[in-house]
Amino acid sequence: MTSQTAAPAGPTALQRFFDSDIWWSFRRNPVAIGAAVVTLLTFLGAGFAPWIAPHNPYDLASLNLMDAGRAPYWLDETWQPGDPRFWLGTDDQGRDILSTILYGARVSLLVGFLAVVFAMSLGILLGLAAGFFGGKVDAFIMRIADVMLSFPAILVALLIDGVFRVSLPSDMHQEIAVYVLVLAIGFSSWVNYGRTVRGSTLVEKSKEYVQAARVIGIHPAKIMLRHILPNVMGPVLVIATINLATAILTEATLSFLGVGVPPTQPSLGTLIRVGNDFLFSGEWWMTLFPGAALVIMVLAVNLLGDWLRDALNPKLR
Amino acid sequence: MSDILLRVTDLARTFDVSRPWLNRVLEGAPRQLLKAVDGVSFEIPRGQTFSLVGESGCGKSTVARLVVGLYRPSRGSISIDGSDLAAMSREQQQPVRRKLQMIFQDPYASLNPRWRVSSIIAEPILAHRILSDRTAIQKRVDELLRQVGLNPADGSKFPHEFSGGQRQRISIARALASKPEFLVCDEPTSALDVSVQAQILNLMKDLQRELQLTYLFISHNLAVVYHMSDTIGVMYLGRLVEVAPARTLFAAPQHPYSRLLLDTLPDLDMTGRERVPVAGEVPNPINPPTGCAFHPRCPLANDRCKRERPETKPAVTGTLVACHAVEEGRSQEMPAAA
Amino acid sequence: MRTNQAPLLEVKNLRVEFPTRRGTLVAVDDVSFSIAPGEVLGVVGESGAGKSLTGAAIIGLLEPPGRVAGGEIRLEGERIDRLPYEQMRRVRGKKIGAIFQDPLTSLNPLFTIGRQLTETILTHIDLSQTQARDRAIELLMEVGIPAADKRIDHYPHQFSGGMRQRVVIALALAANPKLIVADEPTTALDVSIQAQIIALLKKLCRDHGTAVMLVTHDMGVIAETADRVAVMYAGRIAEIGPVREVVKNPRHPYTVGLMGSIPTIGHDAERLTQIDGSMPRLTAIPRGCAFNPRCPHVAERCRTERPDLIDTGATEAACWRHADIRAAAAAE
Repeated sequence: MTSQTAAPAGPTALQRFFDSDIWWSFRRNPVAIGAAVVTLLTFLGAGFAPWIAPHNPYDLASLNLMDAGRAPYWLDETWQPGDPRFWLGTDDQGRDILSTILYGARVSLLVGFLAVVFAMSLGILLGLAAGFFGGKVDAFIMRIADVMLSFPAILVALLIDGVFRVSLPSDMHQEIAVYVLVLAIGFSSWVNYGRTVRGSTLVEKSKEYVQAARVIGIHPAKIMLRHILPNVMGPVLVIATINLATAILTEATLSFLGVGVPPTQPSLGTLIRVGNDFLFSGEWWMTLFPGAALVIMVLAVNLLGDWLRDALNPKLR
Repeated sequence: MSDILLRVTDLARTFDVSRPWLNRVLEGAPRQLLKAVDGVSFEIPRGQTFSLVGESGCGKSTVARLVVGLYRPSRGSISIDGSDLAAMSREQQQPVRRKLQMIFQDPYASLNPRWRVSSIIAEPILAHRILSDRTAIQKRVDELLRQVGLNPADGSKFPHEFSGGQRQRISIARALASKPEFLVCDEPTSALDVSVQAQILNLMKDLQRELQLTYLFISHNLAVVYHMSDTIGVMYLGRLVEVAPARTLFAAPQHPYSRLLLDTLPDLDMTGRERVPVAGEVPNPINPPTGCAFHPRCPLANDRCKRERPETKPAVTGTLVACHAVEEGRSQEMPAAA
Repeated sequence: MRTNQAPLLEVKNLRVEFPTRRGTLVAVDDVSFSIAPGEVLGVVGESGAGKSLTGAAIIGLLEPPGRVAGGEIRLEGERIDRLPYEQMRRVRGKKIGAIFQDPLTSLNPLFTIGRQLTETILTHIDLSQTQARDRAIELLMEVGIPAADKRIDHYPHQFSGGMRQRVVIALALAANPKLIVADEPTTALDVSIQAQIIALLKKLCRDHGTAVMLVTHDMGVIAETADRVAVMYAGRIAEIGPVREVVKNPRHPYTVGLMGSIPTIGHDAERLTQIDGSMPRLTAIPRGCAFNPRCPHVAERCRTERPDLIDTGATEAACWRHADIRAAAAAE
């Protein structure tokens, strides 16, 4: 910008963010702040699990069966004496529960994130195309969406997972299980994005700035990406946040049912399933703590999504 | 280079407003067609302003959108500087599109809220590859901002930081960026306050003089149209009912509908005249009346008007009118309202 | 021009505030005026001038977080700005009728117009169901709805825009109020319908002796309809007076500019008079006279001291320099 040296430049993106209504509504909402802190902590804990977990539960060399089934350290004498090394106790293999939770949350979050990214990309692409081109393209995509909506997401995910399971040799399936899961969960949840993006696209498309771009002679694909896409992203972010919570839950459900990630890479769902077997033998901590971790994580992400939805909705402000 | 910049011949556009296919099959509902524009012809000499007036639903905005190519005509042709846009491919259209720009009604919707003003104005320059060097583009954007009465420093702001009038200036700067010869202005001031409207109308007149622009001006505001136009076309239900030089139309409107419209003008001169508002409302364009579409509201209507659609014919000097009564010389019987 | 009658509506030093996160915005500031029985007061101004909020404050329908923060509103001598919601609801309808820009906001889409009319009538007047229905039909005929006895059982969506606005007028008149607050009643309508509605409103109010506060941005509508007019700018009244004086002989430089910026038929100017700049945002109202940055006659005093309405003879104008400006104009 040549002539701009003397003129005051516009505010930077960061300044604009701190001046925005979103930041303001965030600062005034204790629930949102709490949810954001918890979410951040779980993300950090999961992301840095190998560095902060007290043990590596999947390092077979460090496991000792003698430690199996220890109760949480802080419980009183009536329980089997705990070990200060295992704050939340150990599982049937002698693995530290806290560490397995951190490692498990890592898998859960990875699957959740990738599934959301996949569902979001697919949904945005199909939604944009349906809204922008209309007519037969629209009818075709939306009828597919209708059909998908009439099946429960978990069923769609089970189906896709099943197809991969029977068509691939089992060792190969184990290797790519995480990605199959991502594909299955992602494919079962794109409809939400697709419908929302289509709706917003229809609204934006009729606005005059899009018509202005058409009059200028901008290529339709470019109009879609440069003009419409940035303006339909608001609701997509809200859906993505809430979708992250449901994706994590779907993954946990699938893993609990035994069709999720392989036991070599246990997620929170796997931990709950494994721990479930010991619930009635009195070793409740094996399933309770991973379960609580899952609930806290999903709740925090959901609360954050709720706040974001309200904050981005001008009618509620 | 001809002296006629825009020639529109027998232009028509029909919209399919039927229920979806499934509903039609299940409910047996008929296909419904809306003739938004039905056989409109006019031409605009270079450097002049031609205005279309009429009430909402008369098709004036559809004509504007047909001319700039946002809609494809169902019938008829549009030729800009001798070349017919509809007959050309996307690539062939580009050089013609450069000459043709549009200013929209709603200054709050016509600028992408997520783009900085300088990017908005630079878009046509980049699209038509008029300049490629970054500094040259920036210089041109600054110049355009100054030309419409804004500060070059405004380029780094976002649209929401401006008032309605300033946004409309940005819209005009964007329209001028590709150095067009012809601007289609669709109600450019109807969303603005009067004092701001005066600013924008003055700016548009100044620019027209400086840059020898030709305007197709769409408005429902008769006073604005009178102020801006050389020639005016009055539309009713998709058809042109009268085309006349601005002064002639306001001094001696021929078509009964033109007279009705003029009679609705509020009287700022406070002559205290008691006006007799004409009864009735614009009929549903999906089922327009037979013959002359205006006949149900027309005090001069007779059997012929109900049956036969009037052709546009020259009336008094320089005026074209589509009215049986005017043609038959019955128009003087109309109760003098004004 | 004022009659000696006690005013029907009296607004004194009205102040409307909007608390926001960036501080409190004063949208209506120190506005005083009165309306005599049967009088039509036009309130004009550009968007954001505070004209609609003044109307909303009077009928007690300010959208939160907006609130009346000062001054008083009296109807027939009684304060109505402090009334609890239920009591205000009774005043609205019985004594004050309201007409809004979009007729659909005043009509419930789920009920027939007959039901809405009879309900309003029964709430405020002691009549039997059949009598109320007869009165509703009468009202509909009065506002020019053809075949009123059949149309009364139709739903709002079965009416066109112009007809709907007629129904709203009938609804506003249902309990024979003393005052009607009409906020941009014709803005959403086509020009030929606009003229019909204005003529109707004028005739009905004359017949019923109803006073009208007509809020609009359209000077033409005011010129045709109003007895007196108040011109608002940045939350304050810039000038108030008999409509002929304000339109023909404005004293406040803003009114002068406003009148000059309206294109008129037969007046062949190449350029319109324009007021440069735009009305300040509520967050940045200048010190002194709010109009001073755009005023061609600005003097030092205008930048520091805020003028109140000053009697200029024919109108009252909030301008320090109205006498100088007139003298200069006369000398030309």
